[in-house]
Amino acid sequence: MATLTTTLAVDEIGFPARAEAGGGEVRDYLALLKPRVMVLVVFTALVGMLVPHAAANPVIAGASLLMIAIGAGASGCLNMWWDADIDAVMSRTRTRPIPAGRIAPDSALAFGLTLSIGSVLALGLIANWLASGLLAFTIVFYAVLYSMGLKRRTDQNIVIGGLAGALPPVVAEAAVTGSVGVAGLTLCLIIFLWTPPHFWALALVKSEDYARAGIPMMPNVRGPDATRTHILVYSLIVVPVALLPVPLGFGGLLYAIVAGVLGLAMLALAVKVYRVRVGDEASRVAMQLFGFSILYLFAIFAALLAEHGLGLFRSVPGLL
Amino acid sequence: MDPTPPLLTPEQARRRRMRSLAIALALGFMVLLFYAVTIAKLGPQVLNRPL
Repeated sequence: MATLTTTLAVDEIGFPARAEAGGGEVRDYLALLKPRVMVLVVFTALVGMLVPHAAANPVIAGASLLMIAIGAGASGCLNMWWDADIDAVMSRTRTRPIPAGRIAPDSALAFGLTLSIGSVLALGLIANWLASGLLAFTIVFYAVLYSMGLKRRTDQNIVIGGLAGALPPVVAEAAVTGSVGVAGLTLCLIIFLWTPPHFWALALVKSEDYARAGIPMMPNVRGPDATRTHILVYSLIVVPVALLPVPLGFGGLLYAIVAGVLGLAMLALAVKVYRVRVGDEASRVAMQLFGFSILYLFAIFAALLAEHGLGLFRSVPGLL
Repeated sequence: MDPTPPLLTPEQARRRRMRSLAIALALGFMVLLFYAVTIAKLGPQVLNRPL
């Protein structure tokens, strides 16, 4: 039924419901997995594996990481299958394989489902069934709850949907420890709270695109001013929350410095976005925050990676 | 039923060949991965037994 709905929607906006016989290139199928998102997933999951200092076999850990990456890619593929109609009308996404007619929607669906089921089963066999269940939950949450449910219905779409992108460290921790701990949940909370200001900064600039596609992003529903307030509030929450690893004992001196300094810079940019509201300068500042937020998340996770993967952990003076 | 399958253009045939190759490589990699995981799960003690 979902296939029929999508196919009809796709036909209405004019790209071929079935790609030409012979199908797409291998790189088109790889593009369906959203490789840049996969890189971020692998990175955050790797940190989620290293922080608990579990005595995991590197082969098991590496294979688990691969399955988490494939599961994330599969959910991205299912998302592209479902969203092909709106991807076709947005400038940022219209060259994706399905709206461009290089891959048939049915082929993308089969590819996404095969990888989803395969990665979940393989993670269960390789690591444990808790990690496998969490990966399945992540895929279903992103592909079904976010893509098919929330995205087109509420301006809180990316707030709730952000949980899917935040879960990989928890899945990874479960894969190497067999349980869910404070470290994984804290990393999950940081990504969860980071997602809204990150995406809303982009949505401020691309609001016409989202409006054309009929997606109720915050700037289209509540207006850019309310969005700027939300960005500031979430930034004010995420920056101190990102310092939690320090008192919790798994963030050291390097982490405290990186999260502290870059957190202040993130706040300064959020304030700038809040204050500069008109003209090209407003768009420029919003894109600046969008770009910086990626650097911010990358840097704080890289600091944890350096501390726990390279042995650079030093306790913050004054803390046990 | 039409006994002759639809002919592919050389470009379509090349794409299909490349996809088949990618699937073969992925399957081969999975075989090696599961072999390595099996050995890792068994551990070195598997060799420590009376003959």
